[in-house]
Amino acid sequence: MNEFFASSTTIGVVLSLLFYYFGIFLKNKFKSSLINPLLISIALTLVFLLVFKIDYASYNNSGKYLSYLLTPATVSLAIPLYMEIERMKKNIKAILISIFVGSITSMTVILIMAFLFRFDHATYITFLPKSITTAIGMSISQELGGIVPITVAAIIVTGIFGNISAEGVLKIAKIEDPVAKGLAIGTSAHAIGTSKAMEIGEVEGAMSSLSIVTAGIITVVLANVWAMFL
Amino acid sequence: MKLLKQFLLIMLVTCTGEIIRYVVPLPIPASIYGLVLMFILLYTGVIKLDQVKTAAQFLIEIMPVMFIPAAVALMDSWSALQPILIPALVTIIVCNIVVMVVTGKTAEFIIKKDRKGEKA
Repeated sequence: MNEFFASSTTIGVVLSLLFYYFGIFLKNKFKSSLINPLLISIALTLVFLLVFKIDYASYNNSGKYLSYLLTPATVSLAIPLYMEIERMKKNIKAILISIFVGSITSMTVILIMAFLFRFDHATYITFLPKSITTAIGMSISQELGGIVPITVAAIIVTGIFGNISAEGVLKIAKIEDPVAKGLAIGTSAHAIGTSKAMEIGEVEGAMSSLSIVTAGIITVVLANVWAMFL
Repeated sequence: MKLLKQFLLIMLVTCTGEIIRYVVPLPIPASIYGLVLMFILLYTGVIKLDQVKTAAQFLIEIMPVMFIPAAVALMDSWSALQPILIPALVTIIVCNIVVMVVTGKTAEFIIKKDRKGEKA
């Protein structure tokens, strides 16, 4: 089985699509927002690989073609963003201030947690860029002396958690404005959160996409300052 | 040929993003340069919405599955993550909820304030 996975260029893609589709099926069947297709597909893929003793490298021989599409897909986020340009212009003040506040909040909460759990400097730096998109977060972690694979893991887990929890958290916090919802999701859970924002609505998706770019750039600059605090 | 042209334009802008990434020594990924560039091209009318929309919608719709391989990669970084698992999870969950609420509340506060200002 492992050998077949290592030789196939499609099996990882098929499994991922199949498990995700199964997640959508369950979600529709039980009509529950607690059922998250992304989480289900990740869990089922992990279980499948562990049960059949397949290495990650073998799975990724085909799985990498899904990751490959991430760059053009992220570029494509410019399209829904452009379609909401009027709303963006109208709310530019709220957009810039809230993403700025959100980015600072993220790094400050990490700092507080680092004190609480007595993280050393390297561990603190590792988590510092966890709310932003993977490629930017990785570079920040690397540049400031973090442990890059753990940063990547933290970013992914953040995104998945944001994707799963977004609807519930926004509801409990009574955040109802679609612009505010999108900004909240994108600033806290980058691209993985944005794929949930896209499902919620066009405005939410556009604002979430905008937050990936803006929060990423703000964090690149400010992480250098926050790195000095511990 | 409509979809071919759409896919070509998206890949062309993505590739230009990679070229910018290659030339500019900043920790900003090609995808972000590409996103900003695509937005500018649409804004200035160099690319029309219809020339990229369908292919872009396809990519965005299937975007969640593109994160599966990266998430499954956690099985390889598990040994590094395990010793700090609980602090890491608490940090991630607390930070995530706080940032989501703070960002959303800030945005909603300013939007509501601006709307009142408009009416007055």
